[in-house]
Amino acid sequence: MKPKIAVKVDDLTVAYNYKPVLWDIDLEIPEGVLMAIVGPNGAGKSTLIKSILGILKPIAGSVSIYGKPYEKQRQLVAYVPQKGSVDWDFPTTALDVVMMGTYGSLGWIKRPGQKEKKAALEALEKVGMLAFKGRQISQLSGGQQQRIFLARALVQNAAIYFMDEPFQGVDATTEIAIINILKELRKAGKTVIVVHHDLQTVPEYFDWVTFLNVKKIATGPVKDIFNDDNLTKTYGINYKVSIQE
Amino acid sequence: MLGSFAVLRKQSLLGDAISHAALPGIAIAFLITGAKDTNTLLIGALISGLIGTFWIRGIITKTHLKSDTALGLILSLFFGFGMLLLTFIQKQPNANQAGLDKYLFGQAATLVESDVWLMAIVTGICLLVMFTFWKEFKILLFDADYTKTLGFNTKFIDILITTFIVLAIVLGLQTVGVVLMSAMLLAPAAAARQWTNSLSVMVFLAAIFGAFSGVFGTAISASQNNLSTGPVIVLVAAVFVAFSFIFSPSRGLLFKQIRFIKNRRDLELHKTLAFMHHIAETHQDISHPHTIKLLNNFQGYTKSTLQKLVEKDYVKLNGNMWSLTKTGFETAENLYTKQTTEDE
Repeated sequence: MKPKIAVKVDDLTVAYNYKPVLWDIDLEIPEGVLMAIVGPNGAGKSTLIKSILGILKPIAGSVSIYGKPYEKQRQLVAYVPQKGSVDWDFPTTALDVVMMGTYGSLGWIKRPGQKEKKAALEALEKVGMLAFKGRQISQLSGGQQQRIFLARALVQNAAIYFMDEPFQGVDATTEIAIINILKELRKAGKTVIVVHHDLQTVPEYFDWVTFLNVKKIATGPVKDIFNDDNLTKTYGINYKVSIQE
Repeated sequence: MLGSFAVLRKQSLLGDAISHAALPGIAIAFLITGAKDTNTLLIGALISGLIGTFWIRGIITKTHLKSDTALGLILSLFFGFGMLLLTFIQKQPNANQAGLDKYLFGQAATLVESDVWLMAIVTGICLLVMFTFWKEFKILLFDADYTKTLGFNTKFIDILITTFIVLAIVLGLQTVGVVLMSAMLLAPAAAARQWTNSLSVMVFLAAIFGAFSGVFGTAISASQNNLSTGPVIVLVAAVFVAFSFIFSPSRGLLFKQIRFIKNRRDLELHKTLAFMHHIAETHQDISHPHTIKLLNNFQGYTKSTLQKLVEKDYVKLNGNMWSLTKTGFETAENLYTKQTTEDE
């Protein structure tokens, strides 16, 4: 049986000024995969995620989630932004940030109550940060901040997770903790899409991969398409999987 | 109060730009109506303040200019235009014209009862809106992109916050004036940020600091002749800021320095104790005495450090020979294991 398509991107083109950042991207992401988006700096990896999520406005193209336009399916999608995108000196606590994940389902004006707090605490426990719930967010380490962001997305209880470089600047322990959570999500039938930099770990962490460099180079199962040929096409230099990045 | 939001958005200068942008509005409102009715003038200020703000927004999103460039551009453009109109008005044969320049530096004495009521009502509305949309304001300030993915109309929240900042500024113009208004908006918020790590407390504190600066400032200027109120209020607010920067327990300069000195002292004690433990291990008897010369292992201070250790009962002094006590030995041992586990 053919698996359902969770995310479908048609003819997506994004440009800053005159320079195209993404060119005519067609992409189908099947349900239940743990997918890496890889490509060199400036290849448009973050832009791709942001355009799918409607944060950036594409020049052309459309995105559908489980066959319907994204705007109608927002509650199925959770986003983990790059850690550096927010001001961590903002006066708030770890628990508070995680609670923000419940704001979407709450809608306008309604305030989070006990139920939302319980969900947030559970998410904190899942990422191993329960002990830090009252901690001011500026006093968390980079890895801890990343876990808080992950917990905030977990609270949304979505079907599809988009993550922008969740392994950036985190130590090995945190990286393993995060990837274990992602693998658990996949086991639960969720679809996880990750912007990833470390090519070494792609075969170990992911089962699906998309090569991107302004245009889509290739997409498919890691075991079929993660090879020197596609890497060379994406990065433009002679690439060997075995060579350290 | 609303200044907290401006500070947290890193758009502190926005207040400055808005208050300057309000000036042509005041002048134009006067030119059209020919009257000096406060409410009309303030509506003019509100409109031109909003226009200025949304131009700034537009410049930032549509071009690649940095926000400070856009702010500076709009600020001087509107202020220049406003000054031009003011001089034009002054040349007109109209007895009514005098007193418009009070909006430049503010003049609390010109406030009448109806003005105060207007302020109270608008403040009430601000509070109500802020309370209603608290959750939305907070998440937008922290992470705008994420807010969008949750399905909130970020543009609407943004416009709401900005409108109320403009409103607050326009109301303050009469008291503090165009030039000093941004200080009134930001100083209480900057001071409040020093004392708390919670957004709600920060907003509350900022409101209190702002109110106190107003009351104290007015009182001081009333008690002396020839002290105009606006600048005094701003100076009082500045005192709050300076005080907060120095004395705040967690972020203040003073306590940072104290913590630093204390850490250094503790480290001195630890180092000496650890060293004594180290040489004691080479002897059968843990309390084997040593002269100070032998223990003088790092940049001075050894004697005072040793004396402090004596006070703590970690070290005994016998003649001029120093020796480790049993408690000292144990503490040093724990110190070692603690340090090595922390290193891992």
